[in-house]
Amino acid sequence: MSTDLPAPAGEPVPHRRTWRLLHGRGRYVGDIRLPGLLHAAVLRAPHAHASIDAIDTAAAAAVPGVMAVFTGADIATVCAPWRGTHGLYPRLAAPLQHAVAIDTVRWCGEPVALVVAASRAVAEDATALIAVDYTPRPALADPEAARGGGPLLHPDLGTNVCLTAAHEAGDVDAAFAAAAVVVEETFRFGRHTGVPLEPRGLVADFDPSERRLTVHHSHQCPHQMQHEFARLLGLAEQRVRVIAPDVGGAFGIKQQLYGDEIAVCAASLLLGRPVAWIADRLESFSADIHAREHVVRGRIALSADGDILAFAVDDLHAIGPYSQYPRSSAGEGRAVLAQTGAPYRYRALRARSTAVFQTKGMAGHYRGVGQPIACAVTEALVDRAARKVGLDPVAVRRRNLVRAADLPWRAPTGLVYPRLAVADCMAALDAHVDLAALRRDCDDARRAGRMRGLGLATFVELTSRGPGFYGAGGVPVSSRDGCTVRLEPGGGVRALASVTEQGQGTETGIAQVIAAALGVPLDTVEVITGDTATTFHGGGTWGSRSMAIGGEAAWRAGRALRAEILDVAARLLQADAAALDLRDGVIVEAATSAARLTLAEIAAVGHFRPHELPAGPQPQLVASASFGPLDGPFRAGSGIQLAVVEIDPDSGAVRLDRFVVVHECGRVVNPLLVDEQIRGGVAQGIGATLFEELIYDTDGQLLTGSLADYLLPTAADLCDIELVHVHAAPPESDGLGLIGVGEAGTVGAAAAVLNAVDDALAARGASIGQIPCTPERILTALGAI
Amino acid sequence: MPMIPNLIPITCTINGETVSLSVSPRETLADMLRDRLGLTATHLGCEHGACGACTIVYDGRTARACLLLAAQADGAVIETLEGASASGRIAALQRAFHERGALQCGFCTPGLLLAAAEVLAEHPAPSRDAIRAALSGHLCRCTGYQAIVDAIEATAAAATGAGSRR
Ligand code: FES
Ligand code: FES
Repeated sequence: MSTDLPAPAGEPVPHRRTWRLLHGRGRYVGDIRLPGLLHAAVLRAPHAHASIDAIDTAAAAAVPGVMAVFTGADIATVCAPWRGTHGLYPRLAAPLQHAVAIDTVRWCGEPVALVVAASRAVAEDATALIAVDYTPRPALADPEAARGGGPLLHPDLGTNVCLTAAHEAGDVDAAFAAAAVVVEETFRFGRHTGVPLEPRGLVADFDPSERRLTVHHSHQCPHQMQHEFARLLGLAEQRVRVIAPDVGGAFGIKQQLYGDEIAVCAASLLLGRPVAWIADRLESFSADIHAREHVVRGRIALSADGDILAFAVDDLHAIGPYSQYPRSSAGEGRAVLAQTGAPYRYRALRARSTAVFQTKGMAGHYRGVGQPIACAVTEALVDRAARKVGLDPVAVRRRNLVRAADLPWRAPTGLVYPRLAVADCMAALDAHVDLAALRRDCDDARRAGRMRGLGLATFVELTSRGPGFYGAGGVPVSSRDGCTVRLEPGGGVRALASVTEQGQGTETGIAQVIAAALGVPLDTVEVITGDTATTFHGGGTWGSRSMAIGGEAAWRAGRALRAEILDVAARLLQADAAALDLRDGVIVEAATSAARLTLAEIAAVGHFRPHELPAGPQPQLVASASFGPLDGPFRAGSGIQLAVVEIDPDSGAVRLDRFVVVHECGRVVNPLLVDEQIRGGVAQGIGATLFEELIYDTDGQLLTGSLADYLLPTAADLCDIELVHVHAAPPESDGLGLIGVGEAGTVGAAAAVLNAVDDALAARGASIGQIPCTPERILTALGAI
Repeated sequence: MPMIPNLIPITCTINGETVSLSVSPRETLADMLRDRLGLTATHLGCEHGACGACTIVYDGRTARACLLLAAQADGAVIETLEGASASGRIAALQRAFHERGALQCGFCTPGLLLAAAEVLAEHPAPSRDAIRAALSGHLCRCTGYQAIVDAIEATAAAATGAGSRR
């Protein structure tokens, strides 16, 4: 295959689903109304840590319209508890977690009871009438205290440490001893969450006559949920169907099993009626997956010439009171270990990651999963060390980037990169912007008394993972995806794909790949996703994988169907299949392009008049393929992000003046949609760096439970994001050569903005090693307050 | 023990149709539109006035349906995205959003389309900064806003360009 994919793959086609959404025809779970539908509301813990001494539900149950009130013990009669273990980390302490707390609550917002009523309003009223006697216990809201001990959240575990992982390579002590400069700094990252604009929610519909459960679920991984619902609720998996309708954003937040969600399924089981539950925004902030609360002590060793000699990182990661399920809480710290110093040639690494329990909301996977932390620490250390040794930070990066000649690059992290394009990205950045001029512009502004800064972040994104982490760790999460492509009687094509869609445009990409594989017009291909009853079992959306893996499956299925269509055509025409081609939906003679048959004619023979076919195999007119990477643990995307900011010295506000992303991700199925994935990811990284933080007080009470307190970036806060694509030679080992792209923007953005803010502060001899860089923190760093 | 609320009779015009119904005193306009009338393009992202997903047009001005009570709709003329879409008045914006990729999950989109139409009605050729400022009450978590600004700018350019050719 050439560098380009065959059309219409590779073309900037608008995402087709958006046409429907633009006309108000979206169908999100909150829009689904089933006959007999009931509504649930969740009573949540008001304490960060307390024992439940008694629950009196009588008054709530007596409210007209209330069908049932379920405590944790009630739900547990039909729903098994779980532990977020991981077989590759046998020492990971994974406490038992119930869907709804039974005797102890461990975060403010943990479900305590569920009311099911004729309307949500009645259900909410009734939750206020549930009387719960609590005995408060000490909260644990400081990660450093948890590492050292603190009140035990799980006395049976005997520790508040969930997991410690460590990795060492090379002679670290010698490298630091030989360094011209060593920079050591502690970086603090605020607790963030993804805030999909559509809150989590589901409609669970259990039919007791057949013990059949259908769940309409705002989720990224419906197949995973089918498996878990079946297992934990004791149902036959083939009678559990999870349908993900239109999903209003997810970003990793809709990737795990949630207690409140499976409790709604359990309520449907117990009542034999459909039950709906949609989180309100306060519930979202208190009970959605949080992420990124890290304290990282980082060290870098640099030679006088600017060679990076070694990194040492000690990462402390505050999770909630449990290991998330089913994926466990091992992934975030692992990503920090695996990605430290990723773009650079250095030889020695000492890394440790410790995950500790907290009486705060559950923590888990948010877009980038640990990679933004590793990138920010690495890039901030590179900047600081360069300044300290008296070199330009950009020059230090150029000197140390992994080059083509270094491939395959065996990094001190233990990862092997067969392919990495960071040096190509630097060349492309130079072609796009005059870095020296940007530097002069910041320095001129500085001389004029302004605080202007330039920040750069080189990043590597690990995408499209194989089975080496979850599968090998005994976690039932698929690294594969599948696709069935079939020829409909009218000559159109219908595809059933196991990948899922939360707005990225995956369905459109799948349609493009199938149209290209078959040789049919794009608008004749219809793609169905998000239904476990009709599609292959597959991984869905996680880890930047949908097109790279699901697209490959679609290509293979499309090619197989094309081969059969040509075979049927050859038999009908008594021609040689190799002399025929399928182009733009018409069977033609390959040599002359002369039209011979339409697809509709083939389909009509196959479906209605198969007796007309000469002897041979029965026509199928359908083909399937499933695919998952087995040739390597991941495929790496590469990039550089650049930010120019100006700080208002009076208010401490940071204004973004310029943002550039250079990116390389193999062959691109749809450049329009890839660009928007990157921009959206960058916006989330910028939000994390300047605005967003979940703040808890020392008692473990969440202080940022609304969108007026947890600030998301608005249109006025952001600038345009310039994109430059690098086209390095695509990976050839497996088919289309696609690399995932969904998290790339988020992985590098925080580092670029943090470095730009720090560069601006350097004008006044100040520095900041904490995100978000709020005005208050900036003024504090400046000594102004 | 909550009181069983009395019902309030209201009559209003919604997407050009006269609608009479009895609403509870605590029912929001958003819930009324969604649950009683099936107008589910009015999305609920926060229910506290911060995200803009529930934006509708109320007597000619955009408003947040989560902050209005259904009872306040009595006598009002209301348009939701369904109505604006059916009338064709936002067709150019819809096409520009689609072509430019100005939405991903689409949850913010109904509010943004109605807000964008209002911006263009008041400022036929707004600057990019003016568009950004005008949208600052609407949250989109997917796009980073640039494509939305592009789509609105392109719609304005096409409209004024057509005007000058006339
Ligand atoms: S739902 Fe009304 S502003 Fe968010
Ligand atoms: S497109 Fe998802 S919130 Fe805007």
